[in-house]
Amino acid sequence: MDSVAHRLSVGGAGAALELRGVTRLFGALAALTDVTLTVRPGERRAVLGSNGAGKTTLFNCITGDFPPTSGTIRFFGEDVTHFPPFERIRRGLRRTYQISALFPGLTVLDNVYLACCGVSPRRFSPFRPRSNDALVQAAEDLVEAVHLAAVRGRRVAELAHGQQRQLEIALALAGAPRFILFDEPAAGLSPTERRELVDILTTLPSHIGYIIIEHDMDVALRVVESVTMMHNGRIFKEGPPADIESDPEVQELYLGGGHG
Amino acid sequence: MSIAQDARLQPGKSAERPATAAPTRDFGHPAVWAVAVLLVIMPLIANGFFLIEIFGTSLILGIVALSLMFLAGYGGMVSLMQLTIAGLAGYMTAVLGASGNANISLGWPWWLATPMAIALATLFGTIGGTLAVRTEGIYTIMITLAIASAFYYFTNQNWAIFNGHTGINSVVTPHFLGIDWRADIAFYYVILAVAALCFGAVSYLARAPFGLALQGVRDNPRRMATLGFNVNAHRIAAYAFASCIAALGGVLQVWNYRQISPGSVGVERAIDILIIAVVGGTSRPIGAFVGALIFVLLRTFTLDFLVAIGLDGNRFRLLIGLGFLAIVLFSPDGIVGLWERLRGWSGQGKAQAGGERHG
Ligand SMILES: Nc1ncnc2c1ncn2[C@@H]1O[C@H](COP(=O)(O)OP(=O)(O)OP(=O)(O)O)[C@@H](O)[C@H]1O
Ligand SMILES: [Mg+2]
Repeated sequence: MDSVAHRLSVGGAGAALELRGVTRLFGALAALTDVTLTVRPGERRAVLGSNGAGKTTLFNCITGDFPPTSGTIRFFGEDVTHFPPFERIRRGLRRTYQISALFPGLTVLDNVYLACCGVSPRRFSPFRPRSNDALVQAAEDLVEAVHLAAVRGRRVAELAHGQQRQLEIALALAGAPRFILFDEPAAGLSPTERRELVDILTTLPSHIGYIIIEHDMDVALRVVESVTMMHNGRIFKEGPPADIESDPEVQELYLGGGHG
Repeated sequence: MSIAQDARLQPGKSAERPATAAPTRDFGHPAVWAVAVLLVIMPLIANGFFLIEIFGTSLILGIVALSLMFLAGYGGMVSLMQLTIAGLAGYMTAVLGASGNANISLGWPWWLATPMAIALATLFGTIGGTLAVRTEGIYTIMITLAIASAFYYFTNQNWAIFNGHTGINSVVTPHFLGIDWRADIAFYYVILAVAALCFGAVSYLARAPFGLALQGVRDNPRRMATLGFNVNAHRIAAYAFASCIAALGGVLQVWNYRQISPGSVGVERAIDILIIAVVGGTSRPIGAFVGALIFVLLRTFTLDFLVAIGLDGNRFRLLIGLGFLAIVLFSPDGIVGLWERLRGWSGQGKAQAGGERHG
């Protein structure tokens, strides 16, 4: 039993995501140093760490926004280290951005429709969708799922911050995601919106794994089964939420040490 | 304006759902119909000079400027090689078809020469685009300008195909079904039909997945990549489409003047296209045609006007330059943008917030 779990967690074709020795330099600054990380399919994990710890950089390396300086990244067994971002996305990887990256001039529905097109061969289609178009229907369903049906026809520029964060999540759910990276999805949300977010995360189909970067422990520890702690571009602790919370070193560095 | 929503808003369902912010203005507005009818009955109103020299020529330049509007307005890519692509299509029409230069022209029938010319020019534009998409902003302008000026010098120096600085003269125009398609009225309708086709295609495409994605690429290429789009492939496809439109304009151009020479593809002409697109406005397809009409009117009439007040007629460029400056300073989205803002102000009382960007 244990050995099977161990084998799966060590990697090979069994891992959803497998990073080995990933380093990312920005000039002289090492934003990530020798990060090795394995996440099982369907696993939900939090990445915690103080400002500038390298969490977002970790996501950028995984999606290919900024490829790593060295190291390898495997996605469901396939070496994607040198793949452009769109190739990774088409294989089922998704992400959200810490600072919403939406299309403010388009409506809510068109933003989601665009995301649905991106992971479909229809992305090059010169034909406008018809009323029974499956992608439009998929977009409608996603808009509904993130509680934005009431503002579906509004331009994104007119939305409140919390609604934009929800839309960001809808974009990451388009198509058939297998693994999602959420970068501080709860930042700036009201308590009600946080509860809705937790609902969305906990009701995702169980085969969809994710990594969530979240400063709010109430959100983070409720929606994950494992936690990775980062500091100065390195991973320094991994374990289940309960262990992390009670770990004195973590308390010292992160929970106690006031993180803005 | 929402594409996805348009699809949903077919018969009956509209009541329960909120309409999108922008009204359907592309085809519903009475002014649009008035202009369309006017263009169709133009041969009844205008004589040969106005019909071809003013309206025909404006429509042709408008088609070439439309290809730039598509790239710049929807794709955020300012290409200065659109006239060069048109010029290559024109040259190929003359070289593959029949002309007074029998030593050069192959004498193919028009129905073979024309599609071939368009295909070659589209290929050329697509290759140029493939080079240009690796760059951004000012570098895109530089690389396409380099292509334009290289082509100009090449046509000047190449005698085997382009006949050097004399160019190709007395180009034979289509003549079939007993109609001389270069006769004023027939030719006007040919131009109008092609212009309408291009205008319709660009307007339609803007709200299909391909066009929507192109606007996404313009606004946030990095996000588009993490939505699964191959940003460069999208941009190259946009160049291919725009090249095809420019090529259509180029074929009409060579039929219009019945000759083509390096002067027709000079850098100055390439910049005229940029001026037309910017003056008209790159946020909507119609801007290209508005800009072209203004340009042609100025070019045609300021000459007489300037001569009348004792100045060199060639200074019409000075006037156009000043107009260009004024537009860039006061209305970055051109005459069309200015018009929309005026309409927005006059209609302020009503719920509409005027002048939203095209979806
Ligand atoms: N594009 C970049 N260019 C230069 N330096 C960068 C870049 N992106 C990140 N960095 C640097 O890398 C380090 C890690 O940044 P990163 O954004 O990954 O931190 P983070 O853990 O996400 O922090 P936060 O909690 O503030 O979001 C920081 O010192 C940051 O300044
Ligand atoms: Mg961050």
